[in-house]
Parts: sequence; C-alpha cells; structure tokens
Amino acid sequence: MMDTQLVMYDEDYRKILAVINRLVRDANAKALFVVEKNGQLIAEAGEVAGIDTTSLASLTAGSIAATGGLAKIIGEEEFPVHFHQGVRDNLHVTLVGKRIILVVVFDDRSSLGLVRLRVKKAGNELARIVEEMLKKSAAGFAAGRAGSPFDEITDDDIDNLFSD
Amino acid sequence: MSFINYSSREINCKIVYYGPGLCGKTTNLQFIYSKTNPELKGRMISLATETERTLFFDFLPLALGQIRGFKTRFHLYTVPGQVFYDASRKLILKGVDGVVFVADSQIERMEANLESMDNLKINLLEQGYELEKVPFVIQYNKRDLPNAAPLEEMRRQLNLLSVPDFEASATVGKGVFETLKATARGVLSELKRLSH
Repeated sequence: MMDTQLVMYDEDYRKILAVINRLVRDANAKALFVVEKNGQLIAEAGEVAGIDTTSLASLTAGSIAATGGLAKIIGEEEFPVHFHQGVRDNLHVTLVGKRIILVVVFDDRSSLGLVRLRVKKAGNELARIVEEMLKKSAAGFAAGRAGSPFDEITDDDIDNLFSD
Repeated sequence: MSFINYSSREINCKIVYYGPGLCGKTTNLQFIYSKTNPELKGRMISLATETERTLFFDFLPLALGQIRGFKTRFHLYTVPGQVFYDASRKLILKGVDGVVFVADSQIERMEANLESMDNLKINLLEQGYELEKVPFVIQYNKRDLPNAAPLEEMRRQLNLLSVPDFEASATVGKGVFETLKATARGVLSELKRLSH
C-alpha cells in the first residue's frame, strides 16, 4: 500500500518536540531522533551537535526496512524494538505506529531498562500525534489540496530552480 | 512520498536510480557529489561490498534551492543492480517520488536492461505505484563506448512510455545533471499537480 504524503505543521512539530525533550530528560539519554520510515528526519532532541542527522535518518530507515524484510521471511510482521550496544554509546530503536521510528542514543548515565520503560510511554504519545498528522495530510490530499506550498507555485518557479 | 515540513520550511523528496548491475547508478551519484557545492550537499553514503559493488544502497542528500520560501531537498538513492538483490531493491523503492532508469548502452547488456525495467515495474506495483504515474526519466549511459547500441534502438526497446530521456557518459559527467534536473522537475510538477 502506498504511503500518504506527510505534512508537518509548526503546531505538530511543537507537540513532537515537547514529547521528545521530556523523554531525553526522563530517560537520561544523550540524544533522540524521530525519523519517518522513508528516511526523513522529523525532529531531534538532546546533544545532537556533531551528528550527521541526515545520514542517521537515512541509515535508520534502511536498517528498519531490512530487518522488517527479515521479519517477514520468518513469519513476523516487524521487529518493533532494536538495541545496538557499543563501547561507549548505545542505540535503542523503536517502531512507533506504522510510520515513525524513534532512535535513542544513550551511554552509561542511563540503562537499557530505563530507556525501554520511558520510550514505551512516550512512544504511545508520539504515535497519537503522528496519527493526527497523517489524518490531516490525508484529508487535505483527498480534498484536492495537499496543504502544500505547491498550491501557489508556477511552472516558472520550478524552472527558476534550474536556471544556473 | 514527499515530506513537507512547515516548521523548517522544507520540501523533501526521494529519487531512486534504478537499472541493471554495473550500468552506472553509483557513478551518477558520485559525479553529482563531486560537482556540487559543499553547502548544498550532505555526506554521500555507500553501502557497498569490498569490491565496490552496491550491497544495499548509495545515498546522497542534495539541496536544490528555494521555491516560494521553501527549501527543496532531494534524497538520491541507488538500488543494488545485481539480480539476486531483489529484496533490497523493493525496500529502497518505498516512498519514492521519482525514478531514474539508468540503461547500459552496450549492446550485450540490452537483455539485462529489459529485465531490470520489468523488475522495476513489478517492484513498483508491489509498493502500490504504477510506473506510468511516477515521474520517470531514462538515461542511456556509456554512450562513449564503441559497442554502444544505436540510440533509436534503445529508445524503441526501453522508452515505451515516451518519458524524458538523455544520453550520458556518467564517468565524465556527460548527461548526469540533465538527467537529475529532468527528474527533479518531474517530481515537483507532480507535487504541484496533486495540490490542485
């Protein structure tokens, strides 16, 4: 089934940011990323300086897609939780709803148990916010307006992008 | 599918380079990467084998400029071309906004081109897309080689939908940006069409 276009308004972004800023504190995490399953970064929180967030989002989506494919081969729908243990930093990756991936980076200031516990609660909240976002996107789409900046652009605008 | 972010005022789209093994998909991305201003591109990621064959995908994020105050960003992906990596190709097509088919012009690769084109149609359908409805561009690569098939023959066999097509020699960059621009233009025009 084809995904619907995702449109995020400022109010949606602020709601997501509120949840993940709280989660990064509650879980004693270093950093946190909300990634769309197709590899787009939606939001981030914590110590993100120096991290190539675009690459992180794309590789997270690739990794989730690959393990999702593996899951289907053995008769599972998905593997909703992934944990990667490093020497200093660890990654906890969770599927939230059908479209969103929550990535938590944490070190020995936290623990897997704490992260797992906090992610579970915040994940439900995030799933609800994203579900609303998707409904709004789909409703706009069905009504013939994707709620997009494309409502007003002209062919000239597109041509101008390539005028170099 | 595209992601429109009002908060950061960005439009993000995904373009996938498809085609048979060794046709030059990765070379296209490498050339784009080498010729793009550092501030307009992110890091290029290649998940490849030790012999530099694409194992999962290559990824290159690119900023093209602004439209009505929105930054337009394109995420370019390649698929692994070798036949046995089909499961990976399906995954990479998820959420695609535009497709480039890179054909290998060498006459002995025509069958591989046709097989890959069929495979593209099937894998798109599995994701809920019809090739006829996706912004689509064909690139005839390796035109500089002495064993290249005549252009008209390639067109007749591969461009059944009469989509924009370009001759290219990706190793020296010929036709690479023309292909990308036509695809980006197709993607943006489609988004515009959908919003009306």
